Amino acid sequence: MARSGPIRVLLAKPGLDGHDRGIRLVLRALRDAGMEVIYTGLRTTPEQIVRAAIEEDVEAIGLSSLSGAHETHFLEVSRQLKSENATDILLFGGGIIPQQDLEPLKSAGFDHLYPPGTPLEQIVSDLKSQLRPGESE
Amino acid sequence: MSADSPPNGDWKERSWRPFTEKHPERKPDFHTAGGLPVEPMYQLEPKTPGAGEYPFTRGIHPSMYRGRLWTMRQYAGYSSPAETNARFRYLLEKGQTGLSVAFDLPTQIGFDSDAPEALGEVGRVGVPINTIDDLDALLEEIPLDSVSISMTINSTASILLSLLIALAKRRGIDPAKLRGTFQNDILKEFIARGTQRFPVEPSLRLVVDVIEYCQQEVPAFYPISISGYHIREAGSTAAEEIAFTLADGIAYMEACRDRGLDLVSVGRRLSFFFNSHNQLFEEVAKFRAARKMWAQICRDRFDLTDERACQLRFHSQTGGSTLQAMEPSNNVVRVTIQALAAVLGGTQSLHTNSWDEALSLPSEEAARLALRTQQIIAKESGVADCVDPLGGSPFIEELTSKLESEAQSLIDEIDQRGGMLKAISDGFIRRAIEESAYKAQLDQDSGATTPVGVTSDGEIPDAPFSVDPAVESQRKSALKEHREQRNQDLVDHHLQKIEDAAGQDTNMIPVMIEALEAGCTLGELCKTLTGVFGEFQDHG
Repeated sequence: MARSGPIRVLLAKPGLDGHDRGIRLVLRALRDAGMEVIYTGLRTTPEQIVRAAIEEDVEAIGLSSLSGAHETHFLEVSRQLKSENATDILLFGGGIIPQQDLEPLKSAGFDHLYPPGTPLEQIVSDLKSQLRPGESE
Repeated sequence: MSADSPPNGDWKERSWRPFTEKHPERKPDFHTAGGLPVEPMYQLEPKTPGAGEYPFTRGIHPSMYRGRLWTMRQYAGYSSPAETNARFRYLLEKGQTGLSVAFDLPTQIGFDSDAPEALGEVGRVGVPINTIDDLDALLEEIPLDSVSISMTINSTASILLSLLIALAKRRGIDPAKLRGTFQNDILKEFIARGTQRFPVEPSLRLVVDVIEYCQQEVPAFYPISISGYHIREAGSTAAEEIAFTLADGIAYMEACRDRGLDLVSVGRRLSFFFNSHNQLFEEVAKFRAARKMWAQICRDRFDLTDERACQLRFHSQTGGSTLQAMEPSNNVVRVTIQALAAVLGGTQSLHTNSWDEALSLPSEEAARLALRTQQIIAKESGVADCVDPLGGSPFIEELTSKLESEAQSLIDEIDQRGGMLKAISDGFIRRAIEESAYKAQLDQDSGATTPVGVTSDGEIPDAPFSVDPAVESQRKSALKEHREQRNQDLVDHHLQKIEDAAGQDTNMIPVMIEALEAGCTLGELCKTLTGVFGEFQDHG
């Protein structure tokens, strides 16, 4: 059941990775597109991310990793969402994620995995079309 | 020589000849492939300062690469100490002239490989080093007194310095013979790189502890490498890269002055680290402007008259963020242009990125090609035969002076805010970088600056390299064994000494060396320090 009003999104960097250029660009683009975005900052654990997502009642979680630890952290977030029965939250991710790692992440529920350089507009429109399918631009 | 009045006579006679009499050039004479003579440096006006003369716009030495080529220093590290050691030996065998250690994130932030925080991160972006035995394995059969070693380590630089000293002692090598560089630049971690563990004040204290200790005991080391590289990668412009890096440099000089250190000795052992991106002429101008500005800062702000203390020496690396995952072999060409810019700009050492780094850590073959790129520039292109060959070009001189004035306005603004520490804590620096990054992204999204070979439906190939995930469990069992074999009472005693020293004004390095020799780990030292210093928290 699609909600109405501004889309609420949680952005997070799980693990120890400090590369936050990409996620901060996404943060700004989503806010400029009228979404309500919470960014949890560097070094958050999957537990903290899932807890914040539920407390903040978000519709989507975006994770970023450029340090090669995406599998560990992204999959853990997906597992914990399942155990919290919160699989209605849309998952997406970005960063340096080798092609051969995409499939396991997609089957764990990551609908979109954006490589560096992805046009910001694409991320905005993907979220809008999935979360507010009836609303045209 | 007064720096403001034009020097007398001909540059070649007054600077180049006395220098080359002491430091002969690589060849008795230089000429083009067609036999035309190549002079050491070309000047339109012989009275203006040349290379090796304040403010060093044209280079820090009169003969530059005619005397000695830049150091080819490829950054490497992954998986385990033993595997990284094998890559080091491979690179040395292929003609690399210095080592550069990449540490994994847990090591950089101060967690042992078996800490819960390290889960999934061990050996991923670098090598894990927690104990003296780890460092011993990393540097096995590498002669510490002849190969220079650069370490990209910041929050935990004091601990890596202590480990290196402990290892030198174990091998019977005089620490005074150790050569290399610690990055040890914590301010840019808060700005752009994100491996800070402690709050700013105690972090800065550890930076100065490293500088002070090196000044006394490891004088051939460069104890800090003030880095614009990551500021640029985070999205800054070239002018911001200069300004924020030099402003960090000013903050470190002030911190050293407050500690009572001799600034001439500090200045002589400072080094810098810049990025080299695709815009060839702007990058060359950036290096020239940075050299000139730093010399002026040293003289005008810190009253240094010693010329060597005013010289901006720098390492450079080609721009990681310019690499593309689509058609990644195109990256070889990008790296070549960027490496050429660094050489034309007078770098002292250079890392060329591997073409596959947009996909994963570099494969061995790609790492070799990156090194070969430098060797081709050095040995086949002839660009190393003439000092500052673009100097005097109206375009380059104009870009140099425009970048200088833009960077100067930013430094003025930082001064008005009360200095770099204030400008970092009030968010000015991060906001400026983010603004530039956002503009650059919008330009790229609009199609104005789309990289060649990148399309909306382009394919990204599989990553050619991956780290064996088994390394994490191997590390865990090695650490377990380490902890079982040591004397726990001795460890506790030394951790108490660390805690006491952290609460006092003393230099931490001597107590850290003793603690590490007694078998304490990097993670244990850091945990003890957070008890006294507190822990950095990011709030997004």
